[in-house]
Amino acid sequence: MTTTSTEQRGRPELDVAGAAPVRHPLRLLATVGVVVLAAMLGHMLVTNRNFQWDVVASWFTAETIMRGLGMTLMLTAIAMVIGVGLGILIAVARMSGNPLLSAVASGYIWLFRAIPELVQLLFWFNLAALLPRLSVGIPFGPEFASWNTNSLITPLMAAILGLGLLEAAYMAEIVRGGLLSVDHGQVEAAKALGMGSARSLRRIVLPQAMRFIVPPTGSQVIRMVKGTSLVSVIALADLLYSVQVVYNRTFETIPLLIVACGWYLILNSILFVVQGAIERYYSRGSVGGSRPSLRELFRSRRPRNTPGSAIGEGQP
Amino acid sequence: MTSTTVAPLVTARNVRKRFGDNEVLKGVDLTVAEGEVVVIMGPSGSGKSTLLRCLNYLEEIDSGSILVGGDLIGHRVEGDRIRRLPERAIAAQRRRIGMVFQQFNLFPHMTALGNIVEAPIGVNREPRRDAERYARELLDKVGLGDKVDAYPRRLSGGQQQRVAIARALAMRPELMLFDEPTSALDPELVGEVLNVMRDLAASGMTMVVVTHETAFAREVADRAVFLDGGVVVEEGTAHEVLTRPTQERTRAFLSRMT
Repeated sequence: MTTTSTEQRGRPELDVAGAAPVRHPLRLLATVGVVVLAAMLGHMLVTNRNFQWDVVASWFTAETIMRGLGMTLMLTAIAMVIGVGLGILIAVARMSGNPLLSAVASGYIWLFRAIPELVQLLFWFNLAALLPRLSVGIPFGPEFASWNTNSLITPLMAAILGLGLLEAAYMAEIVRGGLLSVDHGQVEAAKALGMGSARSLRRIVLPQAMRFIVPPTGSQVIRMVKGTSLVSVIALADLLYSVQVVYNRTFETIPLLIVACGWYLILNSILFVVQGAIERYYSRGSVGGSRPSLRELFRSRRPRNTPGSAIGEGQP
Repeated sequence: MTSTTVAPLVTARNVRKRFGDNEVLKGVDLTVAEGEVVVIMGPSGSGKSTLLRCLNYLEEIDSGSILVGGDLIGHRVEGDRIRRLPERAIAAQRRRIGMVFQQFNLFPHMTALGNIVEAPIGVNREPRRDAERYARELLDKVGLGDKVDAYPRRLSGGQQQRVAIARALAMRPELMLFDEPTSALDPELVGEVLNVMRDLAASGMTMVVVTHETAFAREVADRAVFLDGGVVVEEGTAHEVLTRPTQERTRAFLSRMT
């Protein structure tokens, strides 16, 4: 190591602009290790005949697989819409000053999170054994309409109920966390302007809470895409069930599971990109710190110019 | 400057407020005439901010009464009984009272203009065009005509506080409350906010200001109220209280301030 004094010989002024970045020898070593492992995996994928890539290719876009994929997408979308919508309501109910609403919301979250997802699906699927008929009417009084439970609770309906109602319980906690993270001064400012609590929630608090709600919700969507595969136990033809139907017939188990894996990977890659875009949208007006790109990982990180600071942090 | 013939705009009588075991206000009286500027001063923990926040019911009072423009704040007289108002009616009462906070509390996801028109459009149902025109006028008045589309994060503390004042004024309030409006500002930014408040006072706005700025109080305020330990220790014209205080506690506080 060279010793440096503040007054360097022959240099009129010091300038760090052209400084060499810090070296990361261990990082380079780790990179080599990862590359070798990746090469081994690639070699195995190509040379191991049990993958039967020709079979994978022939089934990848087959009609039955496409229909299964469509079902998986539809279930994910419906369950998430129910989950987010109901979740917001439950979160608001839980945080409201009304003790009855708050207790009901807490009870809901407790119940649905305590029972395994698979058990809930089976329960809704077999609801007819508990309640053979469902009806609308005055409690303990006359009925206006009634249905046979078996015809109402189809496998699809059971799947939607099972996945959606459970998701609502998780989303409620995510939304509540987001709402709690918004500075209380925002609520006071809204109140002082004469806004009611509903308007203050919709226009002031929720948009700011979104920054904290979107990232975990993205994880929930990704979890849900895979979670829908549970519905194969109630014989609903999602992506997994569709490949199972095929390999039960052709015994090409591994290639068809690869087909399912491929589609799950593709779906989640798309969601990953979409989530990033949504996060950028909701960080309007706040400090935007993007993650370093792959290339930047190998350079020493220099603080980038991010002007200003977040609201409320600036002053004591 | 104070007129005694008309009923005062604000009348607080024997106001008490406790947080748990701590009684913050121990029977405070306060009257503010229309067009009057009243400063509330006192050491921290004296209850001055709490008193201000009670005036628009951000804090619920435990006993006593607060009348603003003839309305009993937070309550309604029904025959010989008094009922608490539902949230919606309290929100309606608050629309006539503007408030400026120590921490500005601008909405960070909206531009300066968006902050100002939010309540006039959403709450008062003003047409967007009218609301925006008035908002631009107010931004001009506080010297930020060029910051219409700026997000709060891009503004200095003093600029944010001036937008916050414009936001409160956009509801055309009859009373403005200021809760230590310059305490969170860097010293060189205090002046620009005080200038806006000075203009506002000159325009005849009724103002109640909690502040530590004695020079501003002496110059702009009509009356000063000195609060300590949850009671009014001394009250009078701003000049009297701030230059020739009669009470020892006021004198001690003021000597520490300057």
